[in-house]
Amino acid sequence: MSEIMGSETKGSPFLRRFIRVMSTPQKIMGSILFILLVLFVFFPAVNLLYTAFTFSFSDKVLPQVVDRGIKAVPGKFTLVHFERVFDSGLTKNMFLIPLLHTIIITIGLTFTALTIGTILAWIVVRSDIPAKKLIANLATIPYIIPAWPTALAWLTVFKNNRVGGAPGWFQYIFHVAPPNWLSYGPVPIIICLSLHYYAYAFIIGSGALATIDSRLEETGELLGASKWQVMRKITFPLVLPSIFSAFILTFSRGIGVFGTPAFLGIPVRYFTLSTQLYSNIRNNLSGDAYVIAIVMILITGITIYMNIKVIGARKSFVTISGKGFRAKTVSLGSMKYIILILIIIFLIIAVFMPLYVLTWQSLMDVDGNYSFSNITFHFWIGKAGSLDSRGILLAEGQAGILRNKMILSGAWNSIKLALFSAFFASVLGILIGYSIVRDRGKILSKMNDALSFAPYIFPGIAFGAIYLSMFAKAHGPIPALYGTFAILVLVSVAKHVPYSSRTGTAAMMQVNRELEEAAELQGAGFLTRFSKIIFPLTKSGLVAGFMLSFITVMRELSLVVLLVTPKTKVLTTMIYNYVQLGFHQFGDAITMLVVAITLTGTVIIRRFQKTDLSKGIGG
Amino acid sequence: MAREKIRIVNLCKRWRDVTAIDNMNLSIEEGDFITLLGPSGCGKTTTLRSIAGLEEPTSGELYLNNKLVFSKKEEIVVSPAKRNLGLVFQSYALWPHMTVFDNIAFGLRIKKLPKSEVKMKVLSVLKDMKLEGYEERYPQELSGGQQQRIAIARMIVNRPDIYLMDEPLSNLDAKLRVDMRSELKELHQRSGATTVYVTHDQVEAMTMSTKISIMKDGVIQQIGTPEEVYRRPANLFVAEFISNPKMNFFNAEVLSEGGNRFINAGGIKLNIKPGLIQNQSSVKAAIRPEDFIITDSGIEYEVTSYLPSGSTSLVYAKRGEDKIAIMLDGSYKAEAGDKIKVGIKKGLFNLYDIETGNKIF
Ligand SMILES: Nc1ncnc2c1ncn2[C@@H]1O[C@H](COP(=O)(O)OP(=O)(O)OP(=O)(O)O)[C@@H](O)[C@H]1O
Ligand SMILES: [Mg+2]
Repeated sequence: MSEIMGSETKGSPFLRRFIRVMSTPQKIMGSILFILLVLFVFFPAVNLLYTAFTFSFSDKVLPQVVDRGIKAVPGKFTLVHFERVFDSGLTKNMFLIPLLHTIIITIGLTFTALTIGTILAWIVVRSDIPAKKLIANLATIPYIIPAWPTALAWLTVFKNNRVGGAPGWFQYIFHVAPPNWLSYGPVPIIICLSLHYYAYAFIIGSGALATIDSRLEETGELLGASKWQVMRKITFPLVLPSIFSAFILTFSRGIGVFGTPAFLGIPVRYFTLSTQLYSNIRNNLSGDAYVIAIVMILITGITIYMNIKVIGARKSFVTISGKGFRAKTVSLGSMKYIILILIIIFLIIAVFMPLYVLTWQSLMDVDGNYSFSNITFHFWIGKAGSLDSRGILLAEGQAGILRNKMILSGAWNSIKLALFSAFFASVLGILIGYSIVRDRGKILSKMNDALSFAPYIFPGIAFGAIYLSMFAKAHGPIPALYGTFAILVLVSVAKHVPYSSRTGTAAMMQVNRELEEAAELQGAGFLTRFSKIIFPLTKSGLVAGFMLSFITVMRELSLVVLLVTPKTKVLTTMIYNYVQLGFHQFGDAITMLVVAITLTGTVIIRRFQKTDLSKGIGG
Repeated sequence: MAREKIRIVNLCKRWRDVTAIDNMNLSIEEGDFITLLGPSGCGKTTTLRSIAGLEEPTSGELYLNNKLVFSKKEEIVVSPAKRNLGLVFQSYALWPHMTVFDNIAFGLRIKKLPKSEVKMKVLSVLKDMKLEGYEERYPQELSGGQQQRIAIARMIVNRPDIYLMDEPLSNLDAKLRVDMRSELKELHQRSGATTVYVTHDQVEAMTMSTKISIMKDGVIQQIGTPEEVYRRPANLFVAEFISNPKMNFFNAEVLSEGGNRFINAGGIKLNIKPGLIQNQSSVKAAIRPEDFIITDSGIEYEVTSYLPSGSTSLVYAKRGEDKIAIMLDGSYKAEAGDKIKVGIKKGLFNLYDIETGNKIF
């Protein structure tokens, strides 16, 4: 007993208990993570509120300030931004109309994408359609590539000459300008987004359908229910939780989506909340922009909350047991081939056409001339200062993307950003996973869990705006990071925390606590346990998570568009700028470069392992 | 008297509304093979994990080798690694990404033993466990029984003071289980290590242990040798639990006849010492099937079924509402409908208070 009575018993029992509990690895890690999450998730959210409620330097010139002779002292409390957004002559154009547009787009998108995605999932998993594997593989491609190339491809085809610039294929072939509603605005935006986001519903839906125990359905049939009744009364309720989570995912993306409405909406002044927010920031109306950001976060947050309320009780019967059940397939009979042809046509339109169109346009010498004689490789490999067939300087004298220093440095920035972010996000993910799983039920664990989910409800553009507001100036030990590469990494990692922490938690759940305890009993310290037991056992999940983050950061536009500076430009923001300037071929060539990089990334994942994509997207 | 190896004092473990261990007191001597026996959820695993230091009890004290390793009051918690004990988990917890060799060598490598010594020790323990030649396999490539032996090998190679085993045989098929029982018993005799063994299988507990501790809802019901627990169950719960072959229970009246008191258990008269039963008018009588005898002075029962099994025969019989099971010699023959006269070996019965369930005799 004397041994123990030595150093270990100094101090009050309470203090010793506190020290001992707080020095367990999960608590140390949990505390560090908590601080990080507070700094980079909670603090930015508070900062957003603060900025929305106070004057900034640029507010001195606002009419509401000037007319009333208010002294707009920066940092002083004010409701002027709320007044401007909600109750002023600007309200209609700055808030109500963009809100209406956002709602129209989100509802249209959610409805279309969910319908297409779940029907396709059902056909692939539950029917006797031929070539299932192939369909499934092709149908998930949109998840791998960015959303906005489809919008660029749409422009290439349906552009009319109303907003200037060269006309598109449609006009080239039919010699009539396509009507405005087909070229720009809600219809093409909803179509283009749906052609991308159906893949999310498809992945989640087919994951859920594949894990339903078909015996549950057979029991229903044995009890005399018709096929339709079984579908409605058994299958549908069982997949409902997954449909809800696909709904949440699509809906929150719809609220925040930026690229597509920017390309297809801004030219005809069809603004959504996200593009309005962007233009406010660009016009130095950041206070107004932050009010809009708050609205977007509230809409997303409330929708998710209501969904959780609705599915809360039902969540428990998600039957993802992981065991492969005999999938009982329904015969489509003679419809089989008709449906197959329809699916093929759909996949061609959704997956191949955009890439094909963009590739072709990137090869056009003179924009708008779709004949074969007009093909050039200038935008890919041309030298600076080349002339086009009419003797005009190509691309204002810029070299093709594979020779262009600026673009190559952007590509390098993109890859670097994606690699760094993916690395930090996965490390953070597994650490969060460890501290949440090993400390389950404790307050710290719950707070970390909640905080790491929070960025999910911040639309990308709003999250970028928050970081812009927060890191424009120094806060205590954190320097002003605006304009640095670090802020891009920070914002990307923070925005990915909801996904990477889920991946990490899922990976940690696989590691039975006893595997770690067996090592602890043999005297292995925490670091040994982590490197010898936990890391090897979660590695494959981490690699997949890493690659998923890599792909997502690589194609990210809305999150970083407000934060890049000429020095830190990445490919996606370059595309955005080129397209705004009317350099379509350049934009398209760079887009294809991004697609090539993300596809390569995916091929690498597949090499590493069979990845279940639905795990990474919060299904 | 042997040295005390493990002492548990007033130990409690609670999770919010669940009490897994309720004020446990237990003393285990060096060389004991003690079994924690009880139904699922009674706190066996929790007790084992508390001894190992993997679970922190809510209150109480724990001594290993007369050293205080856990005390809530004094806030002493010695880490699992320093308790010098080994644990075989219910799930085995073999590391799937390591070969058999690496699994077993893990602890030795942590202790930084030289390579040659690690190799020698691992190979020798593999030989003891009859697993030579398997060192390059991965756990998933082995049968349940082999995995189980690897788990034991991984524990004993570190030469711990105390072996803790959590239902190590529960995942094995019946035949393998019987084989492994004797192997484990041998292992215990060879090493002499104090062993705490968890099971909910009565036969396993009876055949292997030097002591059995029967638990229910986190409370120890009885501690004793297998013989004591079998012969003199401390209460109805234990009597029912240690009930293989099936224990016979009777709601028995207490009668008086000429100053002598006796008990009527299904017609069979059980004599009791005067003064043993004061104010109950009826008690619960428990008689094991093998304690019945066929005797001319017995009470008539009618055979309902006859189940010979070679060395013994089991006879089910009834008399009115009372149904009994009788275990007889294998040579005994009977048929359904036969009338038999049943008596009891002298004194081989237990009486329990109907209300409290505690043993009266
Ligand atoms: N981490 C925990 N949190 C909450 N309750 C727990 C926890 N671990 C165990 N329990 C509860 O404590 C009680 C005892 O559990 P324990 O695992 O010790 O039972 P057991 O006797 O080993 O059962 P089995 O034979 O099924 O393994 C159970 O009611 C169990 O539900
Ligand atoms: Mg147990």
